[in-house]
Amino acid sequence: MSTAPRTLFEKIWADHVVAQLAQGSALLAIDRIFLHERTGAAALNSLAQAGRVVADPARVFAVTDHIVDTRPGRDDRTLMPGGQAFITETRAAAHAAGIRLFDVNDPEQGIVHVISPELGIVLPGLTLIAPDSHTCTQGAFGALAWGIGSSEAEHAMATGTLRLKKPGVQRATFSGIPAGCVTPKDMILALIARHGAGGGKGCVVEFAGEAVDAMNMEGRMTLCNMATEFAAMSGIIAPDEKAFAWLEGRRYAPSGAGWDAALQSWLQLRSDPGATFDREYAIDAGELAPMVSWGTSPEHSIPITGKVPEDANARVLEYIGLEAGQRIAGVPINAAFIGSCTNGRLSDLRLAAKALRGRRVASGVKAICVPGSMQVKREAEAEGLHRVFLNAGFEWRESGCSMCFFAGGEGFAPGERVISSTNRNFEGRQGPGVRTHIASPATVAVSALAGRITDPREVM
Amino acid sequence: MAEPFETLTSLPMPLLRDNVDTDQIIPSREMKSTGKTGLAEGLFAGWRYLAAGGRDPDPAFVMNDPRYAESAIILSGRNFGCGSSREHAVWALAEAGFRVIVAESFAPIFAGNCVRNGIVPVALQADAIASLAEGGTPVTVDLPRLQVLSDDGRAWRFSIDDESAAMLREGLDAIDLTLKHADDISAWQTCDRSARPWVYLGENV
Repeated sequence: MSTAPRTLFEKIWADHVVAQLAQGSALLAIDRIFLHERTGAAALNSLAQAGRVVADPARVFAVTDHIVDTRPGRDDRTLMPGGQAFITETRAAAHAAGIRLFDVNDPEQGIVHVISPELGIVLPGLTLIAPDSHTCTQGAFGALAWGIGSSEAEHAMATGTLRLKKPGVQRATFSGIPAGCVTPKDMILALIARHGAGGGKGCVVEFAGEAVDAMNMEGRMTLCNMATEFAAMSGIIAPDEKAFAWLEGRRYAPSGAGWDAALQSWLQLRSDPGATFDREYAIDAGELAPMVSWGTSPEHSIPITGKVPEDANARVLEYIGLEAGQRIAGVPINAAFIGSCTNGRLSDLRLAAKALRGRRVASGVKAICVPGSMQVKREAEAEGLHRVFLNAGFEWRESGCSMCFFAGGEGFAPGERVISSTNRNFEGRQGPGVRTHIASPATVAVSALAGRITDPREVM
Repeated sequence: MAEPFETLTSLPMPLLRDNVDTDQIIPSREMKSTGKTGLAEGLFAGWRYLAAGGRDPDPAFVMNDPRYAESAIILSGRNFGCGSSREHAVWALAEAGFRVIVAESFAPIFAGNCVRNGIVPVALQADAIASLAEGGTPVTVDLPRLQVLSDDGRAWRFSIDDESAAMLREGLDAIDLTLKHADDISAWQTCDRSARPWVYLGENV
């Protein structure tokens, strides 16, 4: 029997179609749902008010990550005005619905896209949704994982499905092996800079090629994490031995004979030779330099040796406080942030610590490290990384989304310039008037040391 | 459940910028309650008010131009609604009376949220959007005919998937619609449970 070659995405899609709807749309089965305290109460309360129940609470999880305090000794109180209600109401709604909540001081608490893989909640071939745009992170395990709004979360909880128009499929192939100090963050910023923040056009983007094969799982998560900054529905990578080894033995992953059966199924999860994509991108990872953003969209990213474009938008330049043609390296910074679902995992902290070991951040630079999960924090501390950060003058926090975005509580001051391992350099993202430059943890660390945007290759 | 949408005529408010993200549509600091309402005041707060957290209008921002006080249509650029998945962005737009966003392209999560809340995401080419903005006259959006019409009789076609068009035109509740497939869902899960037992955590953990 011969069948037409299919992409990895098409296989997962076909495996989840419950019914065909209007032309081009389907009712798609949803395997996992993850909520967080920023919108969890709104979705769960709205569902309850409509007299509906969560169809299968065992496959729904919730976490407090978005606005929970990250200072040591935290509780339900948060610096965000009114923030405590988001935590307590989500807790009450999750308990009422019978949903497992990873609560404020749970040892397994952390950013949703960090703890879901840690716990084996995401698995290859699953559909997983969360009301958070960076859910695409979890596509690194060969799952179809994407962000949705509250209404869709309610729909999925009530019905176990979503109504979806079948998206297109693109493939980004990273050939070659990146040079030292060039990380998955630099690779995804290069893709977005070349093809625009709208380039993904709502498609699922499969990441492939030698550089992706060689990448560890944490790097693959970074790559997939920013698919949403490319306007993709999601990013996805064919699961391989690294993915399987990473998941084996995790709490919610199958075990014993169940694992063997699952593994047999997962081995099919790759694009067939000859499968076609709506668009293909080719990038030589070996040619890339560390990247840093100059403006207010991730597409405003340039090699760290580069200059602000001559044709840069005047309004963007006014906000960011730079001039067209100005070299990006050497721009003074006020603060440095390491953390987030993009770059808050153990390998990210190790990379930053490598730069920081035995050194001090520049005088006057506020520097903060927020591990992506409490497990990441424990593992980092077991290696002594916390002492490296603390000795360098970084704060060492409890896990959460923290200052990746400003919710009205803790933030940076207007006009301050921050170099950040996060995913968004939008206006006001880290506080009103705050100027954000996104980059890899290596670039953030060396820039914190120098007090100005610095090429990590000069230091590491 | 949103009000059904057929056609609408309104003077469009031009916000001709690329990558208008959901942090600009409603900053996180303006999402003050755990509910879905009381958000219109926070709409475009970072651009609309002179100071963060304040309510003194910035006269330079288009939304504060009295000509557009009744606008139900926004004209914008590439990749509208990018960024955070917060549905609050769409709830704030709807609460402020907007029913149509005409842009060169949309971020996918935002477009989905629009359809669930009775806002029509209309993608048109940049030159068409520029013409609509330059006209300074009312624009009609005709969903059944998939057309945008300018005051002087010019028309542009747009496309939207059938499922979304039906949801918008009939103001349907998606959950009610899907629950009509309850038997299909149950049969599918029974079959899937034996094919992929590891998916069903209730039994295995």
